[in-house]
Amino acid sequence: MNTPDNNPRRKFIAAAGAGVAGLGFTVIAPGLHLMAVGEASAATEARKAGTAASPAVRWGLLIDANKCAPGCTKCIDACHTENGVSEKLPDARQNAQWIRKIELVDRRDGRKTELPMMCQHCAEPPCVDVCPTGASMKRADGIVLVDRHTCIGCRYCMMACPYKARSFVHAPLTEQNPEVPRGQGCVESCTLCVHRVDKGQTPACVESCPTGAMTFGDLNDPASDIAKRIASVPTTQVRSDLRLNQGVRYQGI
Amino acid sequence: MFTLNPRHEEGLFYVLAGIGGLVSAIGFAAALYMEHSGHVVTGMNNQIVWGLPHVIAIFLIVAASGVLNVASMGSVFGRVLYKPRAPLSGLLAIAMLSGGLFVIMLDLGRADRLIVAATHFNPTSVFGWNVILYPVFYALVGVYLWTMMERRMNPYSKAAGLATFVWRVVLTSGTGSIFAFLVARQAYGSALLAPMFIIMSFSWGLAVFLVVQTTMYAWNNMSLPPLILKRMKNLLATFVAAVLYFTFMLHLVNAYFAKNIAFEYFILFDSEFASQFWIGQVLLGSLLPLVLLFSPGTRDKVLWVNVAALLVILGAYFQLYVFIIGGQAFPLDIFPGYDVKSSFMDGAVDHYSASLPEVLLAVGGLAIAFTMTTIGVRILHFLPQDDLAELEAASGITD
Repeated sequence: MNTPDNNPRRKFIAAAGAGVAGLGFTVIAPGLHLMAVGEASAATEARKAGTAASPAVRWGLLIDANKCAPGCTKCIDACHTENGVSEKLPDARQNAQWIRKIELVDRRDGRKTELPMMCQHCAEPPCVDVCPTGASMKRADGIVLVDRHTCIGCRYCMMACPYKARSFVHAPLTEQNPEVPRGQGCVESCTLCVHRVDKGQTPACVESCPTGAMTFGDLNDPASDIAKRIASVPTTQVRSDLRLNQGVRYQGI
Repeated sequence: MFTLNPRHEEGLFYVLAGIGGLVSAIGFAAALYMEHSGHVVTGMNNQIVWGLPHVIAIFLIVAASGVLNVASMGSVFGRVLYKPRAPLSGLLAIAMLSGGLFVIMLDLGRADRLIVAATHFNPTSVFGWNVILYPVFYALVGVYLWTMMERRMNPYSKAAGLATFVWRVVLTSGTGSIFAFLVARQAYGSALLAPMFIIMSFSWGLAVFLVVQTTMYAWNNMSLPPLILKRMKNLLATFVAAVLYFTFMLHLVNAYFAKNIAFEYFILFDSEFASQFWIGQVLLGSLLPLVLLFSPGTRDKVLWVNVAALLVILGAYFQLYVFIIGGQAFPLDIFPGYDVKSSFMDGAVDHYSASLPEVLLAVGGLAIAFTMTTIGVRILHFLPQDDLAELEAASGITD
């Protein structure tokens, strides 16, 4: 039986209404619309201090591998500068890497592709499932984070992550960014620049990309650039067979 | 036969306890050094995130559960032969679990936050379950020992034994599930791992028990009755064969899936782990012990049965090393159908070698188990007291 809350028609109407409102149109009179110019390009809305992250929002990234320039590492540099990831340990395998470039060669035709890989901000994150203390968590708006105060450094999340997105801090840290606390002995990964997103800005990697290969926005908002592009071009979730419903999507692979 | 002079015996006890305590303390110091410097001083990295400490810790935790099987055989399944061995099996279980937890907890990146682990509980995490599984295991084995060693409590021994038996099956299923629940890596993520860890625990626990029991008998200038030796070595052989069977099936099923063929080829034939698997686990740790346990010239000799038990323990080390380190060394298949490379070891096989602090921490865990056992058997009555007449009378029925 359809109750007022789950009536599909009502849901459709609500969604359509949200979509229209989200597009920035206001109907003044039949055939005459007032359009809020500039609103559509604003990626996010700042979260007011003291308010919780909204479950109505699902932050995500769309990465167009076709536009990702070979050899370019601007997103990596920007990320690591923004988040104070700067250690250079003698064994490079022990350095944290919140984002990395992967070079792919298709075994069938030899086609080469490059793309940035980071935490995929899964809706069903294995890292959150396995974390013994709940330090690995998913925020209401879909951003997967590690609480640096409750991470005990067991690295089980690193075993569980299918994307190798997490790093363990192997040595004492210096020169940290006050907005991005890190800690020796804890696990960390891409935060989707949550400190910037909460201020209404886009993640540092997105902002730095010279070719516009990365799009950030609300996957739940049909009017957002990211949602419109995902609706109009074929996109891929990496290891979609795992059904983790990632917030990060790829185009061109 | 070599006999131990009572005067020397006391001195030897203090020497052994002293060495055990010293090695434990060195292990603790190594952990403090790792805690202070960070895991940069270990061989672990962002690809091989669990190393030698985890191999040794998981061996101790799995064997701790398995060694309790000796007690369960007596209390739960009513085998006369095993009843006098139940207290020693309980002591070994507590000692080895302590050693394992010592290593795994001190290897944490933030070992100082153990209280966080105890106060923040995630019910979907197998590691989280351990916060309940281990303390309850301690408590149950403690109560079980009490019911066995305090005469007034003897009537409750069977109930305590049953509870402990059930709990240890759950606990080892949990240990196997740590890997069974990992969706990401090709080496893990199999439901077979939970029962396989249980049979591994039977094998390794019994092997440890045999070696400790033999040492205690020799210490007291006694020799193990042949009937008991025969029964226990037959049981060990059964468990060793069962572990081999599970190992065979795990790899066979994995290799059947096209997506896992590359990994299976890597781990079985084309890596540093291949020789450890075939020579360490299969040949030295399984086939050779089976030959020793069944060959007419060796099967009834205490020495050779114990050599077989030690080989089973050695094989356990190789098995866990190949499983844990080898499973992580193989790259994640993030983009099936593509050759990949990156600055983060994507598409590349990693190599691991344990650093000195890791080795010391791992050996420290073994030393904790050794020291607790040495002191335990000295101050309390853990030496099995067999009633041979009763045993022989019952052997026709119970076996």
